[in-house]
Amino acid sequence: MPDGVASRTEKGAPVRLDQVSFSYGEAPLVFDVDFAAAKITAIMGPSGSGKSTLLNVVAGFETPQSGRVLIGGVDVSAEPPSARPVSMVFQENNLFAHLSVEQNVGLGRSPSLLLTEADRAAIAEALERTGLAGKEKRLPRELSGGERQRVALARVLVRDRPVLLLDEPFASLGPALRDDMLDLVAAVHAERGMTVLFVTHQPEDARRIGEHVVFLDNGVVAATGKADEFFTGAGPEVFQRYIGTGAGDAVSRDVARKRT
Amino acid sequence: MPTRHPADPRTTAGIIALAAIALLIGGAFAGLLFEGAHDFSGAWAAFDPYLLRVVRFTLWQAALSTLLSVGPALLVARALSRHPRFPGRTFILQLFAVPLALPAIVAALGILALYGRAGYFAGVFAVIGGGSWPGIYGLSGILVAHVFFNLPLSVRLFLEALQTIPADQWRLASQLGMGARPAFRLIEWPTLRAALPGVAGLVFMLCITSFTIVLTLGGGPAATTLEVGIYQTLRFDFDPARAVTLTLLQIALTFVVVLALTRLGANVAGDTNLPVAPRRYLSVNGTETLLNVVLIVLALLFVVGPMAATVMAGLGADLGRLAGEAVVRQATLTSAVLAFLSALLSVTLSLALTMARRALALNRRSGAKTMLEHAADTGAGFVLVVPPIVVGAGWFLLLRHVGDVFAIAPVMVVTVNAVMAMPFALRAVRPAYDAASERHERLCAQLGITGWNRLMLVDWPSLRRPLATAFAFAMALSLGDLGVIALFGSDSVQTLPYLLLARMGSYRTQDAAGLALLLGLVCLALIMAAHWLGTEKDRDA
Repeated sequence: MPDGVASRTEKGAPVRLDQVSFSYGEAPLVFDVDFAAAKITAIMGPSGSGKSTLLNVVAGFETPQSGRVLIGGVDVSAEPPSARPVSMVFQENNLFAHLSVEQNVGLGRSPSLLLTEADRAAIAEALERTGLAGKEKRLPRELSGGERQRVALARVLVRDRPVLLLDEPFASLGPALRDDMLDLVAAVHAERGMTVLFVTHQPEDARRIGEHVVFLDNGVVAATGKADEFFTGAGPEVFQRYIGTGAGDAVSRDVARKRT
Repeated sequence: MPTRHPADPRTTAGIIALAAIALLIGGAFAGLLFEGAHDFSGAWAAFDPYLLRVVRFTLWQAALSTLLSVGPALLVARALSRHPRFPGRTFILQLFAVPLALPAIVAALGILALYGRAGYFAGVFAVIGGGSWPGIYGLSGILVAHVFFNLPLSVRLFLEALQTIPADQWRLASQLGMGARPAFRLIEWPTLRAALPGVAGLVFMLCITSFTIVLTLGGGPAATTLEVGIYQTLRFDFDPARAVTLTLLQIALTFVVVLALTRLGANVAGDTNLPVAPRRYLSVNGTETLLNVVLIVLALLFVVGPMAATVMAGLGADLGRLAGEAVVRQATLTSAVLAFLSALLSVTLSLALTMARRALALNRRSGAKTMLEHAADTGAGFVLVVPPIVVGAGWFLLLRHVGDVFAIAPVMVVTVNAVMAMPFALRAVRPAYDAASERHERLCAQLGITGWNRLMLVDWPSLRRPLATAFAFAMALSLGDLGVIALFGSDSVQTLPYLLLARMGSYRTQDAAGLALLLGLVCLALIMAAHWLGTEKDRDA
């Protein structure tokens, strides 16, 4: 396994973006924000506000023009994606279509698929944990959309890194399935205690598992705070505007519906 | 901020591939410049009236060929597009793809077997003309051969263009009661006109760089082009200074045409997808149908004729004796080995360039492309500016100072043909690689799957088929090539096309016909394999 992988007992590491600036040509993005260790932070904001870019910067897929990315207090700005203590689940294309479930998960342990007995045990355990036992030999096309994302989560488990980045991974799933997946993420988080950065468009998702919220607007962090405050109408005005006018009513009605 | 990640091995592979290509082309130019500087007055003296006549003929035959191919192709393509349910339409279109796969020398032989002095039609033509039929050597032969190759190509390209007309426009046309004439003027012609410069430019380009056709069907000094001139100057007159002049003129000519072509946005590699028959909402009246049927049948006969003649003449040869001849066996083996190596090299170089281009494009978030990325992107396209005979001529001139030019024949055949097939190989490999990369890039970066691991675990499964397509195509091109081997061939290194040319030269027409059948069938099989591999749905996808 590559260096810098946290052991299983290590709790999530704090993530800090220190004056990270980034430009897609015209509109510059500037991120200067802290993500608390071992918490689930929902990252929200309108389309084009830079949510995915923020995750890509943390993961190392994008190189910022200036600023630093610190994970667990260590500057990882110069590290390639595979050396960062980070796992990421994308909205799609999390799996190699020609490799089996088992192999796709196994790649989280060895990029050449040279697996030890211990690796195999970890893979089996992760598949069991994500409800995929018995589907080891299947190819991604033989799985449902939800199952594919479970495979991605199983790989997150075997990689066991202190930071998990979720880039709208459940956006294309139906509501019930999405809730199941969110619960799985919450359960995994409860066990492993990693730091989770979770990009979502759905306020219900953020409320269901999010402890903190970071709200982006126009390429900058417009507001941060506890999820409870954001969703009880005490949140910043920009967020209320994003959720929609009369958000307080809508939210409380929604909450009421869900609790029945 | 400079990227501090370790260098991507894909970029390194691309740099090596580019260096190899640069060495091949650069070496040829070094040979030419060295020779030119060595004997400048000789090179200058080559500008004589004969040279001017050669240049004029090169342009004249190309212009005529283009006119005769593209004009009728417009009508045939339109006829085919008007009848989406024409009986055997798909089969006709597939037949129209065959000339693309046939080596030029095979087609030339087929045309001679049909319209030559002793061809199947000689008797008919003699009766019509009242006297003896002289055969179609010279300009007429060159034109027939060029039209044989380029009419079907143009038809397919125009048809592809017509296919892009949205179905809604046809629905609208039928609702408005448009007849054939207004439909042509308002719907079909604008589309065809947009495609016309590109198609005509491509055909013109193919015709000014045509070597084999002119060599085999052109008759003497009156019908010689620059490319054949280079060959004759080196192989027969041995006048290196003159060869330099001819070669530089040829490069200048092709460069101007390619430049014009890229301005027009033409697809220089020139292969097409098989257009599917769309639903049509247009009724075609009786007279027009009759006219269209006649057009299609005429075009079909013109294209099928030489192919049928090749098969008939080939079967008439003493195939058993040919197969027993040691020379034939040796040439077949040589051809197979050289073509195999050439295809392997071509595919490897293409893959390296594709990977490098992608890696560089991914690393460059925004801003301008670097020189390297430009080179990896379009560099391969520029080899089309330098015809194989030109590269061969350059190295021929350079190596004659060093030792035996003929000993280097295998290396030249393999490398030059490999590079010449690259534009086609790239078109098969690049879209597949870029699509796979689109899906897998971040995943590989995250999981640390790089280099050999990545090639075997991730890239190979999605590239297997496109690579096989590129390989088969490159192998067919290399197998049928006569350009480089014509310069470098000798009794000790003969390929099938070279042997075929030799048999034609010594009037052993039957042998030549037998060899042509063999060569044609092998190339056709390879191209069909390439097509099948390229279109068959990958079961893992």
